[in-house]
Amino acid sequence: MVREKLASSVLILAAAAGSLPARAESGWGELNMTQGVTDISRKIYDLHMIIFWVCVAIGVVVFGAMIWSLFSYRKSRGAVADVTLVHNTKVEMVWTVVPVIILIAMAVPAARTLVEIEDTTKSELTIKVTGFQWGWQYDYLDDGVAYFSHLDRKSNAARELLSGIDPNTVEHYLLNVDQPFVVPADTKVRLLVTGADVIHSWWVPAFGVKKDAIPGFVNEAWFKVDPDKTGLYRGQCAELCGRDHGFMPIVVDVRSKSEFATWLKAKAAEQKQAAAPGGTPEAPAPAPPATASTAP
Amino acid sequence: MAEVLTHAEHDDHDHKPHGWRRWVYATNHKDIGTMYLIFACTMFFIGGGAAMLIRLELFQPGLQFFDPQFFNSLTTMHALIMIFGAVMPGWTGLANWMIPMQVGAPDMALPRLNNLSFWILPFAFTLLIGSFFVPGGAPAGGWTMYPPLILQTGAAFPMLIFSIHLMGASSILGAINVIVTIMNMRAPGITLLRMPLFVWTWLITAYLLIAVMPVLAGAVTMLLTDHFFGTTFFTAAGGGDPVMFQHIFWFFGHPEVYILILPAFGIVSEVIPTFSRKPLFGYEAMVYATASIAFLSFIVWAHHMFTVGMPLAAQLFFMLSTMLIAVPTGVKVFNWTTTMWKGSLSFEPPMLFALAFLFLFTIGGFSGLMLAIVPADYQYQDTYFVVAHFHYVLVPGAIFGMMAGVYYWLPKWTGNMYDLKLAKWHFWLSTIFVNVLFFPQHFLGLAGMPRRIPDYAVQFTDWNMVSSIGGFGFGLSQLLFPYIIWKCVRGGERVGNRAWEGAHGLEWELPSPPPYHSWTTPPSDAVIARGAEH
Repeated sequence: MVREKLASSVLILAAAAGSLPARAESGWGELNMTQGVTDISRKIYDLHMIIFWVCVAIGVVVFGAMIWSLFSYRKSRGAVADVTLVHNTKVEMVWTVVPVIILIAMAVPAARTLVEIEDTTKSELTIKVTGFQWGWQYDYLDDGVAYFSHLDRKSNAARELLSGIDPNTVEHYLLNVDQPFVVPADTKVRLLVTGADVIHSWWVPAFGVKKDAIPGFVNEAWFKVDPDKTGLYRGQCAELCGRDHGFMPIVVDVRSKSEFATWLKAKAAEQKQAAAPGGTPEAPAPAPPATASTAP
Repeated sequence: MAEVLTHAEHDDHDHKPHGWRRWVYATNHKDIGTMYLIFACTMFFIGGGAAMLIRLELFQPGLQFFDPQFFNSLTTMHALIMIFGAVMPGWTGLANWMIPMQVGAPDMALPRLNNLSFWILPFAFTLLIGSFFVPGGAPAGGWTMYPPLILQTGAAFPMLIFSIHLMGASSILGAINVIVTIMNMRAPGITLLRMPLFVWTWLITAYLLIAVMPVLAGAVTMLLTDHFFGTTFFTAAGGGDPVMFQHIFWFFGHPEVYILILPAFGIVSEVIPTFSRKPLFGYEAMVYATASIAFLSFIVWAHHMFTVGMPLAAQLFFMLSTMLIAVPTGVKVFNWTTTMWKGSLSFEPPMLFALAFLFLFTIGGFSGLMLAIVPADYQYQDTYFVVAHFHYVLVPGAIFGMMAGVYYWLPKWTGNMYDLKLAKWHFWLSTIFVNVLFFPQHFLGLAGMPRRIPDYAVQFTDWNMVSSIGGFGFGLSQLLFPYIIWKCVRGGERVGNRAWEGAHGLEWELPSPPPYHSWTTPPSDAVIARGAEH
């Protein structure tokens, strides 16, 4: 009786949920971490999957024992308690030492990947990233290029309270910006991350990079996108930073090295022009993209 | 010579005040325990109401109900109210009710301090909840109150700080009372290693409280002076460091989460043996494991901060210490499971909640272990994966543990058995909906949804919808809980001393309900032997 009631309630809820318009990219498939487009993001994914399966294995054993007990040792089935089973030092030692061994086995690859992540040496390009309320600023320090990146207009209009605009009609709702962050593929890009007002956090899941943007301090992070993985990658601010914390996304436009060089040169010229209209003869030529490795 | 305590004795010593004075001037541990529990239940529904509003906004993408700033206030206040208003006072209520009875004492050691500890709380929460109504609204910087953001709070700021000071004072005084009672008022024959696990876990919890609540007080005082008196503890421009707040906060914050769970460990360690008709497996190991967890809880705090830009060595240290804390926790799970193994199990409501705790807290433990792996944490931090983890350990963990305790001891408190059928409904609805509510949040976090956002990209719609349905179902189901309790207080099938067949412990040697002063003479050796843990 109880079971039928429960089943019919679940069905009604499922029907209610299912009656909503289906989307091309079904949210139901959004289940796991991305493998990403960098070597580091793949290593992170692998660590994630290893620890996941370790937990599943332990869970099967432990939950198996619990479920077995629930069925085999029921009083209603006539089970009589074995009141002498109250302690066993040997088994306590086993299930203390074996988990420690499993943990050490996990910690080794994790530590190795962490050491690699923390090594920002030999980077080929350094860009300052500043989080502010509510958007990002990207400053190509050696190239005289700096610009802001805000939530794009369409998303911004749709997200207003009771806007009447269906988010499903907005392209990349809440994950689109007016000026994406342009970087080259196959290049170790070092980011200097800071905050202008409160703490923000720059996160692009596809790169496996998340670093807090703290006012008054500069954090370092790096990524190197695979050579064949040009394209757009999206992320969000990952530290509560006020009213529009959910509305300051990140879009990275990864271009080939040559395309990036072209873009950077053009952008530098454009910004110089905007700064000094008409151009002055004494204005220095735009600096070439930095290729020298920056000291750690 | 066994002492037989009857209702007649209780009436002979009935000098207690009546009417409102009984409650405002209460010094009796049962009365104060009752007040704590009613307060906690009220806060649970207020904090739960905030959660319902959160899930309502998150039901679909787009903003349908609330301004984002108000949404941030909802998430902030939901956490503050649940942690400091529901869980901590709930545990203190159970401590007050049970510790004196379980150690053979007439009352707590410091009854008037006990009164103060309770009565601080309604004032503290009036101040905190009142902040919704002042210019700028309630605090919206997260319950973690990170500067500089928290310094952007409006008129609510001093209300937040002072209410935290008050709550902290209440907890510290309560903890002192617990320690003094346990260390000084155990009846002769109740040695430390013969105490029930609930008493042990509360003893350790009390030490944690005394150690870390002052640290929180220090942290929020520095916020106060930064805001009003020109100090720059957390402002780089003045030579300070916002990250230092995080270190200080989480030095409090991590032991705090063990404060939130340890009493649940204690309750489950009593309920499972009772309904397995078998003593707890590995009593000493359980005590040492709890003590190890408490000790380790002081050296893991920065795992809440892996993305702040910590040196490599620090990240490695905190990764290893955090992974290590899984070991004693695992020991406890194995011991509870082995207690059931070759037992004779029955499934009354306390046991149902304890079993759900065992299963679902373990799942929360697994996601915690995953979070410990630092490189992976870079993808989990500040996403719904973290939200899923801590809600698994706090809701089917702490809250179900508390419900197990209430369903276990309610017949003792009232002398009546409650409606078991209705309690089982409460159990099944809660267990099913809590999973519908929180399990999908693992997916959302892994798929890339950050936390503390009122609106989200459309690929997160489906699982958010499921989670919200779970939230509404879970919230509604909880209405059964106070109803069942109220109905039981009003009447029910009378129970004797030992309300549950397999129950051991001194509280089951007393009548149901117990006399006003519990043990007016210490229990005899024979009674202790019957009630002893092992």
